[in-house]
Amino acid sequence: MAFNARKHPGGVLVIEVDGQLIVSNRQELKQRVLDALEAGDRKFLIDFARTGYIDSSGLGVLVSLSKKIRDEGGDLRLAGLNEDLKTLFELTKLDTLFAISDTATEALAAY
Amino acid sequence: MALSPLRAVVARREGAAGELDAELRLRVPSDVARVEEAVELVARHLEASFVDRRTIRFNLRVALSEALANAILYGNAEAEDKGVAVRVLMSRRAVEIEVTDEGGGFDYRCLPDPTLPANIPRPCGRGLFLIRRLVDEVRFNDAGNSICMILRRA
Repeated sequence: MAFNARKHPGGVLVIEVDGQLIVSNRQELKQRVLDALEAGDRKFLIDFARTGYIDSSGLGVLVSLSKKIRDEGGDLRLAGLNEDLKTLFELTKLDTLFAISDTATEALAAY
Repeated sequence: MALSPLRAVVARREGAAGELDAELRLRVPSDVARVEEAVELVARHLEASFVDRRTIRFNLRVALSEALANAILYGNAEAEDKGVAVRVLMSRRAVEIEVTDEGGGFDYRCLPDPTLPANIPRPCGRGLFLIRRLVDEVRFNDAGNSICMILRRA
């Protein structure tokens, strides 16, 4: 499990989740994003193209980060969800809370 | 210090209808860092015998991850001297996954629906909801410290 962050030329911080986003690593992702928010980043994209599944605590971290980023005038978007992850977002209706693109490339083009 | 890997004990036993079932038992420490390892261990044992791969790849992994996280965080309050017992009964018709913690249990009957508009922006409250959506049947013991999740073979 790892989080790889890179700054896109358009000013979007792209974070790739390599592995699952679950109870054991959710705080690491949260801290990574909060540190970047503190440092001045406002546009975030989390790419799940290399993620198998997310549990409810992982979903919870995405929800709380989204609110914190919005409160600071920023935006958190998601991309790269496989069919299982799409099902997860649909079941929880979190697909209504996030802007979700099929790929990071599409998300960046629309940001 | 390197952690010793989790080990499952698998036993064959005769089922109610005389068929041969298998039972897997596993004890997981109260450490959320061990959840993924435990989930993968159980999933590996079930993968080969399930025709519908998605049931194990997705439904089982997420549901078991939720149940273990609840047991460790809320049941055992991450106490080092407590563990979580996982028992998986594999039969021809279904797989039953029982997760039991050493806590006092909780009232599983009164949990708010996380998909109501007012609850969607809340960061928590989705664990048991997801389990109920991802498995065919959920049962609790009276004390509320043991959940049994049932996946039926199609």
